[in-house]
Amino acid sequence: MKEIILAKLGEIVLKGLNRKNFEDVLVKTIKRRLYRIGSFKVKCVQSTITVTPLSDDADIDEAADCISKIFGIAAYCRACVAEKDIEKIKTAACEYLADHFSRIGSFKVEAKRSDKKFPLKSPEIAREVGGCLADRFPEVAVDVHTPDAVVTVEIRDDAAYIHSEVFKGAGGIPVGTGGKAAILISGGIDSPVAGYMMAKRGVELTAVHFASPPYTSERAEEKVAELLKRVSLYSGRIRMYTVPFTKLQEEIRDKCHEEYFTIIMRRFMMRIAQEIAEQNECQALVTGESLGQVASQTIGAVACTDAVCSMPVFRPLIGMDKEEIIGISRKIDTFEVSIQPYEDCCTVFTPKHPRTRPVLSTVIDEENKIDYAPLIADALENLKVTDISA
Amino acid sequence: MKEIYLDNSATTRVSRKAAEKAVEIMTQHYGNPSSLHSKGLEAQHDMEAAGDLVAASIGCTREEIFFTSGGTEANNTAVFGAAYALRRRGKRIVTTDIEHSSVREAMSRLEQEGFEIIRLPADINGRVSAEDIKKAITKDTILVSIMAVNNEVGSIQPISGVKRIIEAAASPAVFHADAVQGYLKMPLRPKKYGIDLMTLSGHKIHAPKGVGVLYKRRGVRIIPLHTGGLQQSGVRPGTEPLPLICAMGEAVREYGNTEERTEAVKAVSEYCRAKLKNTEGIEINSPEDALPYIINFSAVGIRSETILHYLADKGIYVSSGSACAKGQKSHVLRAMGLSDDRIDSAVRVSFSDENTEEDIDIFIKELENALRTLARKR
Repeated sequence: MKEIILAKLGEIVLKGLNRKNFEDVLVKTIKRRLYRIGSFKVKCVQSTITVTPLSDDADIDEAADCISKIFGIAAYCRACVAEKDIEKIKTAACEYLADHFSRIGSFKVEAKRSDKKFPLKSPEIAREVGGCLADRFPEVAVDVHTPDAVVTVEIRDDAAYIHSEVFKGAGGIPVGTGGKAAILISGGIDSPVAGYMMAKRGVELTAVHFASPPYTSERAEEKVAELLKRVSLYSGRIRMYTVPFTKLQEEIRDKCHEEYFTIIMRRFMMRIAQEIAEQNECQALVTGESLGQVASQTIGAVACTDAVCSMPVFRPLIGMDKEEIIGISRKIDTFEVSIQPYEDCCTVFTPKHPRTRPVLSTVIDEENKIDYAPLIADALENLKVTDISA
Repeated sequence: MKEIYLDNSATTRVSRKAAEKAVEIMTQHYGNPSSLHSKGLEAQHDMEAAGDLVAASIGCTREEIFFTSGGTEANNTAVFGAAYALRRRGKRIVTTDIEHSSVREAMSRLEQEGFEIIRLPADINGRVSAEDIKKAITKDTILVSIMAVNNEVGSIQPISGVKRIIEAAASPAVFHADAVQGYLKMPLRPKKYGIDLMTLSGHKIHAPKGVGVLYKRRGVRIIPLHTGGLQQSGVRPGTEPLPLICAMGEAVREYGNTEERTEAVKAVSEYCRAKLKNTEGIEINSPEDALPYIINFSAVGIRSETILHYLADKGIYVSSGSACAKGQKSHVLRAMGLSDDRIDSAVRVSFSDENTEEDIDIFIKELENALRTLARKR
């Protein structure tokens, strides 16, 4: 039996004149993501995207899983394709819906006839197919008011489609329609979630990771690559820049007052990330900060770090509790990776009592004890680039 | 760059003879020891030969040797198996604060199931006291599990007197000793020490990973962890992984001469300890009389992982004595009462007879470089 996927567009249907653009981006994204699974035809008609497998080896289960992670799709369902003949439609419906019907208690049938040459009218189609299903599955009741499942029969120009189970899509808007941003990622729980949330709003991601060997390990870097791989299921390909950060951290450690270590470190991170962002045509930075979570994430500390940025810094988690963040990280399957215990650049040399209310002028005075410009330039010259995709 | 491997308590290089034995079994004597035909009989004989070698190394009979998938399974089988077999006789189990996680976690689970677990503390030398053991064992104690050698610091536990204490208390307790770190590195004679169950592991003695042994004294009853066929008297059902078992037998044959090898390692270890003592900023955590195969020390102020990565970069492989800042601190070092600073900076080196004094010289030189150049934690 031939099966296809129908995807309903999300809020992009609300767009005005740009709508076509959004749809085009989405269709392209779907094509690109499905490429590794097999050959599919992807077409957008009347805010529904039809995904049809073209070869026998194209795995429809895998395709559905892939579609469930693409932003811009509000809901999707799998449909069976039948010849436009009422008897064949009935047979196909009984066979195709058997699995779903074993899990529900009641149903109704709706028909949509866009091909008006089909001999039966919509209510007649619904009655025919409904009657057949009721005979075949006597334990599932007909309920036209609050059914567990609505079986839809669509008579299109090319064929008839039958579907019943609707799955929630990833929501959001298509990646790429919201510009491009660089995310600072350490390997903790928060940053992958922040990346996911920006991707949901259509933002394409570039990642910046700070490594401080020998204080941090190769495993910490591999861990970040694995996290990005999981995020890339939603965001698409991510280019990751690994910044050698040891010298800068050692300098801060040696020359600056202990309480300012973290804040000065973060200012350097922002400067470097912004430089990388500009080189990659990103228009914003993204961090996984949540207000008050740790000492460097107070309003005062954020103000001090943002003082070195000329681009906007997005912090999608700023108002979220740890529990909420963990909830999302479990959903996107990054939690288990995030909690692997390796030292990362943020835990090295952490002061016992960092400043929670830093004064910008003091921070700048402390920072000026280091001749940092050549160190930053040196770090930027020795970036490691890794392209990550699922 | 010369590779200097000082992490032999984590695992060892498989000896060439053991590896060749495994290949021979996989490609030639590949029969299932349970098969009735001659190919099966041949395999059974190979397995018996391996069992004989292990048995001879600890002075027991082949029928008391049960091959497992490794130390963890053997420890789990011993702890759960003995506790369940004797649960009608009592609920009290005596163990220590410094056991390997495969004993510790098994004990935690038994505790949840209603057993009473007595965990004996360790002193600053990483050793539990015979006096404490004596006080803890009562007549309703059903299991005593104490490791022979601690895996983090190398401290040797007073296991030889335990059986007499159990008998004096008129307790039905079975005595289990996790001897993974001591096997072929010190004299281990379960019959002489009154050990009922003893755990051994292959990959710590130059055999491949994936094979271990539970010694079970004849007459000791345990409930097996798995159910299945009648292999190994049903104590450990499942087709035996013959290539691994025979490779372990071969490694035992090769490394069975405990005394001579230990002398060689002892010389290297003492050389290393003396050098460490003379290194400023180093504090040794292993007691003086520890098993020479393990030295645990702290470079206070530098995190374990930092030293480890620094040395690894120079081709020197050691183990961090404690997990990273985010992970859990070493329960052993904590039980010994060491300060947090010392625990956070603990490093373990562990030797095999492949290590030389020259290796130690290079290691010490690089360690000194690390101490000089690495920024210290505050």
